Amino acid sequence: MKIINVGKIEDAVKRLCIDANYHLSDDVQQCIHRCAAEEPWPVAADVLADIEKNIEIAGRGEYPLCQDTGMACVFMEIGQGVVIEGGSAEDAVNRGVKAAYEEGYLRKSIVADPLRRVNTGDNTPAAIYWDITAGSNLKITVAPKGFGSENMSRIAMLPPSAGEEGVKNFIVETCEMAGANPCPPIVVGVGIGGNFDKAALMAKKALLRPLDSSSESDYYRKMEEELLEQINSLGIGPQGFGGRTTALKVNILTAPTHIAGLPVAVNINCHVCRHKEVIL
Amino acid sequence: MEHYLEEPFTKDKVKEYKAGDTVYITGTVYTARDAAHKRISEMMERGEKLPFDINNSIIYYVGPTPARPGKPIGSAGPTTSYRMDAYAPDFLDSGQLMMIGKGLRSEKVLDAALSNGAVYCCAVGGAAALMAQSVKSSELIAFENLGAEAVRKLYVDKMPVKVVFDTDGENLYESGRKSYLEWNERGIL
Repeated sequence: MKIINVGKIEDAVKRLCIDANYHLSDDVQQCIHRCAAEEPWPVAADVLADIEKNIEIAGRGEYPLCQDTGMACVFMEIGQGVVIEGGSAEDAVNRGVKAAYEEGYLRKSIVADPLRRVNTGDNTPAAIYWDITAGSNLKITVAPKGFGSENMSRIAMLPPSAGEEGVKNFIVETCEMAGANPCPPIVVGVGIGGNFDKAALMAKKALLRPLDSSSESDYYRKMEEELLEQINSLGIGPQGFGGRTTALKVNILTAPTHIAGLPVAVNINCHVCRHKEVIL
Repeated sequence: MEHYLEEPFTKDKVKEYKAGDTVYITGTVYTARDAAHKRISEMMERGEKLPFDINNSIIYYVGPTPARPGKPIGSAGPTTSYRMDAYAPDFLDSGQLMMIGKGLRSEKVLDAALSNGAVYCCAVGGAAALMAQSVKSSELIAFENLGAEAVRKLYVDKMPVKVVFDTDGENLYESGRKSYLEWNERGIL
């Protein structure tokens, strides 16, 4: 058994929110760098060079990578041997977000009500996801999610007869419809199977997987590669100005589903694919 | 091609720009995004005095991060433009010269831009720290209670933007993609 005080959770969330908004993780940086080196279209190569310059400026710690510092998505993987003491874990996460967005000079982008739209002023509440895991660790992942790309995400409840082709077509069509809007080059998170909500959650969690990783299954690894190739044949290019690099990576997660269904969800992220994690 | 746009901003100057050109803007640029567009649009309807003169104005669709002490602004990249589509035609009919944002626009907006001799330009989305470097001063001039969405008067120095929709009706989102795909098929640059 491990006892973790809520103060530790608050501190960790605060640190991760700030870190994620200023320092892009190595896997994303390396992927952008590789795509820039391989980009044959001059306008596209120029845009990728600007994106790399932006990463460098933000890394100095004064200007966040993007002005949309996102909705704070916080993934809490709590080992069943962990006891959280000192108050509510949910409150601790929100206190960490509030402190980070204030002290880190991050934009407050959350409105309290979807229709009446008054800003909460501190970027809370966070979107918090709870998972119970084996062991005695608490893993916290913070992924600030911008809405330029979130708005281009889609879900479909396909009939099983749609099969692999139907799923692939839906994913590529989603990227084509998004066009220049989600700030390409994009990262494409895909959830296939489960039910309506699980597919969407898998698509979001797929965005947390490092860009230098592949699906553990040979079948889906091949599909990730084929989809990336197809999306990069669309010609949309960085910022939609034309070019090869429309997507940096396609990450797929899957789950068992019902005999009558084939849910597929696509969660799009821009090139500022932010996520930082810590294990307490 | 590259252009340097300085004040006074006029329609004669932007008439020369072609889709795909880079423009370095020096002078006054106003910020406005969703909520500010809605409010200004309502003020127009009521015939009220607006926070700034729309005629020959450059409006940048941006909600920056808070400025650190001693800095004029925080990170300041473009937001997605289509959310302003409902309001943009009225702004263009009132003489707006340039819209700066990112992403696709509706036919209505492009038609209004074309008939008014205005241009749509894009800054690199997600390159907000880089964009902030060309902002030299920032003054909040309206709707303070909107926070990041308040209207700010910026003075920018050689702010780089790409012409996406020019006064001849050429659209870089279509032509850029088409040129790349044609080249890719033929294999010649």
